[in-house]
Amino acid sequence: MGVLENKFQDNVIVASLDKLLGWARSTSPWYFQFGLACCAIEMMASAASRHDLERIGMMPRSSPRQADVMIVAGTVTMKMALRVKKLYEQMADPKYVISMGSCATSGGPYWQHGYHVLKGVDLVVPVDVYVPGCPPRPEALIEGLLKLQEKIQTERPLTRKIA
Amino acid sequence: MTSAEIKAAIDSQYPGTIVEREDLADHQVELKGDQWLDMATFLKNDPNLSFDQLECLTGVDTGEDGPLETRYNLHSMEHRHKIEVVISHDRENPKVASIEQLWRIGDWFERETYDMYGIVYEGHRDMRRILCPDDWEGWPLRKDYEGQESYHGIVVPKMKEEDGWE
Repeated sequence: MGVLENKFQDNVIVASLDKLLGWARSTSPWYFQFGLACCAIEMMASAASRHDLERIGMMPRSSPRQADVMIVAGTVTMKMALRVKKLYEQMADPKYVISMGSCATSGGPYWQHGYHVLKGVDLVVPVDVYVPGCPPRPEALIEGLLKLQEKIQTERPLTRKIA
Repeated sequence: MTSAEIKAAIDSQYPGTIVEREDLADHQVELKGDQWLDMATFLKNDPNLSFDQLECLTGVDTGEDGPLETRYNLHSMEHRHKIEVVISHDRENPKVASIEQLWRIGDWFERETYDMYGIVYEGHRDMRRILCPDDWEGWPLRKDYEGQESYHGIVVPKMKEEDGWE
């Protein structure tokens, strides 16, 4: 931080407020706890003690009002798509979406003959990170979550955007 | 009782209701649908038949020219015999009496068959779709079903078969 560096004691960190907010937000993205199909099992395994998502600050919330990240884990049917959209709209900004597994990303094995399956959740809500796999292993999901944290880290919420 | 004895019992109580068909297996019998509720009550309550369990109820689409069918798999806990009842429906106006109040499991079975084939069960107290959304168009398990192009503004991409996916 230029001139301010080493001017204070060791327990004082100097940073710009933007970076500080980015660091705070990226290390505590609480995710919305709901699963739609078999990917949800892997999501639960990621949250359980062996992989333990709380290591990276992620904690399940049961209400969209308290959640920052929506992990769409599983097959989204047409009937469910309207509800997923409504849940996304109920989340407070800033909000992020992870499309987990091939069903949520593109319809997966239901791409051709699944008349009732939404062909990709990005038709309904904007997606930040796609995690491939059928279903993805917990390591893959955690990789996706770390990518999302990197993305949140680069955001500058206080800086005015110049067109 | 054997299947032949069950068929004979039905025939003696309701003469002329069994439809002759070559393609059915031994344990299957096709019945005419106009007295179906009475016949079902007989099948359940007659002490010699005593079909107290409806194992399955499903629909069959036999193709473009053929009729729609409802199939009832009946089983008797007491006598340990079973039979499959087939009832054919007119394709344009498929309907049959509901057995929902006779075998309570038939409630959701009939709603599912209605959802997938559009067969109306008259007398059912809650005849609406069970799996698809209420405003879904068409009957998905019919052979001539074509998927919707959009649902509430969500586009359903169509697979082009000439592009080599099939």
